[in-house]
Amino acid sequence: MVKLEDYGKYETAWCPGCGNFAIVEAVKKALVASALEPHQVLFVSGIGQAAKAPHYLNANVFNGLHGRSLPVATGARLANPDLKVIVQSGDGCNYGEGGNHLLAAIRRNVDVTTLVHDNLVYGLTKGQASPTSEEGFVTKAQPHGPTAEPFNAIAVAVAMGASFVARGFSGETDHLAGLIEQAIAWRGFSLVDILHPCVSFNKVNTFAWFKKRCYPLPADYDPTDFDAAMQKAYEWDERIPLGVVYRKERDPFETRFAPTARGPLAGQEVDRAALAKVLERYA
Amino acid sequence: MGERELTILIGGEAGQGLATLGPILCKSLVRAGYYVVVTQSYQSRIRGGHNTFAVRASVDEVAASGEAVDVLAAFNEETVGLHRGELTPAGIIIADGAFGVEGEDVLAVPYEELAEGRYRNVAALGVVACLVGLDEELVAGVVEGYFGKKGKAVAENREALAKAFAWAGALEPRYRRPLAAVERPAERLTLNGNQAIALGAVSAGAKFCAFYPMTPSTSIPLTLVVHAEEMGLVVEQAEDEIAAINMALGASYAGAPSMVATSGGGFALMVEGVSLAGMTETPVVVVVAQRPGPATGLPTRTEQADLEFVLRAGHGEFPRAVFAPGDVEECFHLTRKALELAQKFQGPAFVLTDQFLADSFRAVEPFDVDGLPPVGSYAAPAEFAEPYARYAAAESGVSPRLLPGMSRNLVVVDSDEHTEDGHLTEDLDARVRQVEKRRRKENGIRAEVVPPVYEGPAKAEVLLVGWGSSKGAVAEAAADLGGNGAKAATLHFPQVWPLVPEQFVERLREAKRVVCVEGNATGQLARLIRAETGFEVGERVSRYDGLPLTPEYILRELKT
Repeated sequence: MVKLEDYGKYETAWCPGCGNFAIVEAVKKALVASALEPHQVLFVSGIGQAAKAPHYLNANVFNGLHGRSLPVATGARLANPDLKVIVQSGDGCNYGEGGNHLLAAIRRNVDVTTLVHDNLVYGLTKGQASPTSEEGFVTKAQPHGPTAEPFNAIAVAVAMGASFVARGFSGETDHLAGLIEQAIAWRGFSLVDILHPCVSFNKVNTFAWFKKRCYPLPADYDPTDFDAAMQKAYEWDERIPLGVVYRKERDPFETRFAPTARGPLAGQEVDRAALAKVLERYA
Repeated sequence: MGERELTILIGGEAGQGLATLGPILCKSLVRAGYYVVVTQSYQSRIRGGHNTFAVRASVDEVAASGEAVDVLAAFNEETVGLHRGELTPAGIIIADGAFGVEGEDVLAVPYEELAEGRYRNVAALGVVACLVGLDEELVAGVVEGYFGKKGKAVAENREALAKAFAWAGALEPRYRRPLAAVERPAERLTLNGNQAIALGAVSAGAKFCAFYPMTPSTSIPLTLVVHAEEMGLVVEQAEDEIAAINMALGASYAGAPSMVATSGGGFALMVEGVSLAGMTETPVVVVVAQRPGPATGLPTRTEQADLEFVLRAGHGEFPRAVFAPGDVEECFHLTRKALELAQKFQGPAFVLTDQFLADSFRAVEPFDVDGLPPVGSYAAPAEFAEPYARYAAAESGVSPRLLPGMSRNLVVVDSDEHTEDGHLTEDLDARVRQVEKRRRKENGIRAEVVPPVYEGPAKAEVLLVGWGSSKGAVAEAAADLGGNGAKAATLHFPQVWPLVPEQFVERLREAKRVVCVEGNATGQLARLIRAETGFEVGERVSRYDGLPLTPEYILRELKT
């Protein structure tokens, strides 16, 4: 039996009151509920305060470059389909620097769970606008507010037919843990956009701001209904829906590669007879 | 009787079939027992323009392309105008009679009588093959290998070939340029540099390649794709080069020996990933097929101007090895070596090639498949200190690398400076220990350097120094100088980093005149030699017009 303690407890580099604490707790709960042991899980992260999260639990970790978690995760999945791969990074990493990789991962439907800590601001670099910052959000770098419209990740993912799209809130930790558990169990690409406050740099979208707006999608909501999902994706200003917004079953990317389907590539020896045949073709 | 060597140049527009006919002609020549060196020159377009496929075929082993043309097969009129001046005095032009090209040296072929439109290429191949003395059945066998044995097209191709051979066979002797007969040799392979890199990688156990298409590197992943299923290899076209190298690093971390292949601009995008490989100590082979820059440069031409770029690519300090194959065999073996070193020393290893070598078909002695030493993964060692720490201190600098998910041990790697167990740290003492640990790997890499090859008499009057694809041209230029009585020697670098001065500096000092021959404008190897040895190379031969170094070019430059 996997226990919460197996995932350990670490000191963090985060500010007191940061939404990230609750997210780490939700992730641990989801892993335990999924009966996954730490060595069966690989976290891939980028750079940012959120990207430090995998350092604060026990698991395999590849903490790579800013924005590049998804390609690393994709490579790891192709090399070892037995690994449960989870990308964990912020809105800047996944929606800004790594935007192209997000689009590609959705198209591929690689079996990776992507947890995006979305606090609508850059924390590590001390308070610049992020791709999700709202109009009028004043920062030292954007004295008149962001110069571009916020990125609607949920709408983009649904529009692209991503196979699993969900939104959670750090303030609803148990609900969030349930979403992450579903995302982990999902066969194919899953995106969980996780709203959370940044106590140091976002004085607009605070805990109270989110708490007032967030509500769980009703029990009769049908996440396989594309039109309904697109509608929910645009709900934001007054009320923000939480839950699985969209779901669509598709064969995962990895199934298209015969060598990967046979199991981990590590230790698959060079077939010398096959090599000899290959070389003969050049004679 | 016959010629000991011939250069056959096929010229035409993109889309006229040169890329198919050229290799067929090569393979036919190789099967007949000749050595070949191919120079492909093409423009960055899909149709039109002017492309050439030049084959230097020889009874004797050759390793460089030549400039003079003996047989010019023109697929369009423009080719005649552009290359007539390159013909040797006895050279001939084979052209469609419809072009109306005239002259003593012109063989006008009535292609409309020999074949229908789409089979005229094969008819042209037949005429050339017949005139250089190739056997019809041999050529037909190679054509079948390319187009298959069944279907209407096959019969039509065979008929076009037969008509062409019959027509050319009846020509008067003055049009013939038969190569001297060779005894049918043991089977040789017809391979270009990129194919050899791909096959070398596969033979060494590469299991993963991610790429974004970029000339002249693309034929490496394309060759891998052809053999992926049977060799258990995963090849994925990434959304960009940044993704490509990061995918390779993810796959490598998870246990698949991995590689990427690109050219200058694509490599520029990969550079942060190179640094990541250095920091996380993740094995990866990076093939850079050079073409002239800066920026998009001359996309389909050749150059050797990315030596310093590859040498310095990646912020921060970390060890690396850079190989520069000089011929097709070296492409195969040095790619294997790069795979081995990347795994053994846990970091990036480079193969630096260029358009000339990438596209240059050669006759290659078959590789001894059973005799190839296995390339170890060096992962998952049986012994390591508990609790497991990915970056545990090690005398050699090489820490035990376990694979995630393969045991209960957790494998934590970080692009931040990290503790021994892989977690990010700002402990500056830990930082110093990790820097020094990474640096200690340099000793192991230096101990395995493929030394530069010196050929020729000691204390040379002229010592030609080169690296990478100029190997054959430099050797032939030196042989020519030697034939004219000069005491000429060559020093070829198959590995350009690290340099071990004791292996070669004495050769430089004892030579009377040292000339560095490079396909770049500023003398990058010369500068590197000075930086590493203090020896100032006195003279340089540089080429940066997008064409490969040839023996003739080197000799001309030496005179001026």
